[in-house]
This record gives sequence, structure tokens and C-alpha cells, in this order.
Amino acid sequence: MILLDPTWTAVLYLIAAVCFILALKGLSSPKTARRGNLIGAAGALLAVVTVFLSSKLENIPWILAAIAVGSAIAAPVARRVQMTQMPQLVAMFNGVGGGAAALVALLELPHAGDAWVRLAIAFTLFIGAVSFAGSMVTFAKLQELMTTRPIVFPGLAVLTVLVATLALAAGAVVVVAGPAWAAIALAVIGLASGILLVLPVGGADVPIVISLLNAFTGLAVAASGLVLGNVLLVVAGTLVGASGTILTRAMAAAMGRSVQGILFGAFRGGSTAGSTVASDRPVRSSSAADIAVLLGYAQKVVLVPGYGLAVAQGQHTIAELQAALEERGIEVSYAIHPVAGRMPGHMNVLLAEADVPYESLVEMDRANPGFRTTDVALVVGANDVVNPAAKTTPGSPIHGMPILEVGDARQVVFLKRSMRPGFAGIENELLFDPKTTLLFGDAKASLTELLAAVKGL
Amino acid sequence: MDGVALLTITVLAVFVGFEVVSKVTSTLHTPLMSGANAIHGIILIGAIIVAGQAEDTVTLVVALVAVVLATANLVGGFVVTDRMLEMFRGRRKAPAGVGEEGER
Repeated sequence: MILLDPTWTAVLYLIAAVCFILALKGLSSPKTARRGNLIGAAGALLAVVTVFLSSKLENIPWILAAIAVGSAIAAPVARRVQMTQMPQLVAMFNGVGGGAAALVALLELPHAGDAWVRLAIAFTLFIGAVSFAGSMVTFAKLQELMTTRPIVFPGLAVLTVLVATLALAAGAVVVVAGPAWAAIALAVIGLASGILLVLPVGGADVPIVISLLNAFTGLAVAASGLVLGNVLLVVAGTLVGASGTILTRAMAAAMGRSVQGILFGAFRGGSTAGSTVASDRPVRSSSAADIAVLLGYAQKVVLVPGYGLAVAQGQHTIAELQAALEERGIEVSYAIHPVAGRMPGHMNVLLAEADVPYESLVEMDRANPGFRTTDVALVVGANDVVNPAAKTTPGSPIHGMPILEVGDARQVVFLKRSMRPGFAGIENELLFDPKTTLLFGDAKASLTELLAAVKGL
Repeated sequence: MDGVALLTITVLAVFVGFEVVSKVTSTLHTPLMSGANAIHGIILIGAIIVAGQAEDTVTLVVALVAVVLATANLVGGFVVTDRMLEMFRGRRKAPAGVGEEGER
């Protein structure tokens, strides 16, 4: 049933495209972000209604049922996921989007009239498959279904070159003649490429790869828009491709890495593989009561939250500790590393969940000069983002990453689960510094003890 | 639509994408990634079109799988982003200065 003529269809798609731009634009400020996201969702709904009213479609009951199934799977998962598991969920949603783009391209192949359209199909098919498989591997890494360390094996470089060559060959066959077997081969090669792309990426770099794959999916969607002659897909896909590229570079810059270094660094061997062995050098550990005294009689305390806090769901407890210290007239702030948590900005989301006021959160560049006048820096479940090796050890995997310079504070307290190295797998010299005190245990349990001890002072 | 017009739109969209995102603070990088992720779920439009044109069962089944995947991306993406942004609401004090920081 066609209720809308092509002009009205184009106008409605244009409105939807503007909604998507407003959605991204709204994310430039926490005040407008939520409204922007809702505008984006409204645009998507408008676009879906438009496609039903403007095209000649068969199988409508089946399509509606499939939409219902997709919504019924995704919405409850998205509603219930814990904030700490956000990165892997984003990876999962990105992957299925890439998979959908690849399938759409595959089904359009028999209708492709000329070589240009087949080129766009080959591109979508390959990039969509890369994004799907790559995202599934990042999901497995973040969910810890597999090791988070870089996986490198002899011959990986050769295999990668071989797969890339095969992809070009299969792609060429698709573009020239478009047989189904070549398209399916290209999709399978794309899946293999996605896996090979992400396997050598380790630990803290995984979120950056999610962002990169997100940009890839955007490009695949844009190319499928060229195939279907649909302007909205072209605009939306290109927007995501462009914004995803910028975001990937910003995230890499925040960690002092280059995107090439993240993707191909492990091929050079050695440097990205750290140690998982706990050190047996002596450290000074203490009780919650002693550390509470240290905190309770300080003038200025800076809290440095990391992923360990998030895993332990300790964000509410640290907010209570902040309140208890402030009641004693102590100046308390949070120093937030751009990549604290598992994604850039992740820690801000977690602390916002615990109602920590925005103005207590100090970004790294402003926090670092302040450590020199800080009495106690309390590091909760963070290791890599405060590790001085980033500045002092050229061979270290995190070398060049900007860090929070907690070593400048008069006293440093680490709440740590154990002496095992952090995400990047490297030892932290600061733990062995004479002014450092450690409190071992789960971040939330330790914070609860500290809170009780501070209240009892 | 002819190729040059589509190319023009593509190039303009690249610039809009760069322009819009270059101002986002690192505070909002995670929601931004998630929001952009939701937007490419609009591939659902393409999946609906191929499913609506399917003439044999195999094509229809594959197309419906694409519809399910694309819907999951679209719906899940917007819901998860909304949940993240919900966290930025409910400050104890009005977020004075937040706006300026974002607009910089």
C-alpha cells in the first residue's frame, strides 16, 4: 500500500535525518543530551512509519512480528543491564547492526543493475561482517568469556595478509559478475577478518576498537543506503561513520595511543604483553581504622575512582564517604581520568548514578596540578590510570598515556583487591612508595569499613 | 536520485558529523558512542524493504533475521543511551556551568 508520494517520503526522511543530527548535537551537554536522544528515537520511529507508508511491501505481518521479536529481546536487556556492563552491551548492539547491514547487502545482490551498485554491496557485505564478528569478540573479551589479553600467534601477520588478499579477490568477483557464491565467500572472509582484527587487541584498548567498529557499521549502513537509493540511510550511516572516527581518535588520544598502534601494536610483539604475576616485594598495608584517621584529619582529600569501584558497585558507598568527610569540613573532590572505567566517560556515568554532584568531578587536566596541595589521594580500584610507568618507562605498554599524578599528594592510599597487576598487566611502582598505604579487599567492602570508621571518629 | 546528488549528500554529512561531534566533552563520550550506535540501527529501513520484496522463503527468512537484528540495534541502542543519560539527571544542586562546558 502506497499512501505517500515520493516527495512526501523524501521530506519525512529529511526530518528523520535532522532528528539524528539533533540527537548527536544534544550530546554536547549533559543538559540537552537526554532530550536529544529522545528526538533521535522519534526520528527513527518516523522513518520506520514512513517506509511502511511509502513502499510496496509484501509479508507485512511477518515484518511486524520480526520487529516485535527484536524489540522484545533488546529493550528488557537494555533496561536491566548494569552500568558496569554497558561497554559489552554497546558492542553487542553494534555487532547486530553490522550483521543486519551485511544481510541486507547480500539480499540486494540479485537486484544489482551495475558494477557501482555491486561495489557498494561488496563494501557493505565485507564491512558489516567485519563489524559483526569483531564486535562479538570484543563482547567476549569484555564479558570475560575469553582472555582480555592480546592474542597473538606465529603466522598471524601472514594470515591477516592472506585474508585481506582473499577479500580483495572475492570482492572483485562480486563487483564484476555478482555470483552468490562469491558474495557468501566475501561475507565469510569478512567474519574471519573481524576476528583477526580484534584478537590482538588487549585489555584497555578494547573500548577504542568498539568505537572503531561502530564507525565501520556506520559506513556499512551508508553504503547500503547507496545500494537502496535511500538518502536517510546514507545520511545516518555517514554521520555515524564520521562521528565514530572522531570519537575513536579522541579516545585513543586520551590514552596516549595511536589507532594504528592499538590495532597492529601486538604484531610487533613483546611490548603490549604485560605480566599477570603478583609481585612479592614488600608493601605497607593498613587497617580501615588507621586510614580513616588519615582521611578524617586531612584538609583536602582527592578520591580517584577506577574500574574496581565500578565492578564492586561501590559508587554509592564512595558518595556516602564523600558526604561524611565533607561533614567534617574536609574539601573532597573526585579526580576522573578520561578512560577510568572501561570506556571514556564511563566513570562519570557511574558516579552520576550515585548522585555525585557534577561539580565534584574534576577532569584530569584540572586535577593534576591540585595533587601537590592534596593531603590524601584515595585510589579506589584504579591502577593503570595512576601508574607512573606511563611517564617513566619507555617500554611499558601504557607508555605515553596521560595519568593522574597521585604521587604528588602527601599521602597515597590504594584500595585494592590484591597485588595482581591491573587491566594492562603491569606493575605499579607507586604501590611500593614509602608514602603509600594499601587496604586490601573488595572496593565496596573496604569503603563500607572506611565509612563506618570515619563516622566513628 | 542520481549518483552526484547522493555523493553531495554523503560529503555534506561527513562534515556535519565531524562538526557536531568535535564539541563533545569526554564526560559524554560513552553516551555518544552508544547514541551513534543506536542511529546506525536505522538499517532497519533497509531490512524492512528487502523483507517486503522477498519472493521466496529463504530470502524472506534471511531478511527477517536482518529485521530482528536491526530492531535490536535500534531499540536497544536508544534505550541504553537513555538509561545512561538518566544518570546525569537529579543533581543535588543545579548543574551550574555544565552548559558552558558543553558548548565550548
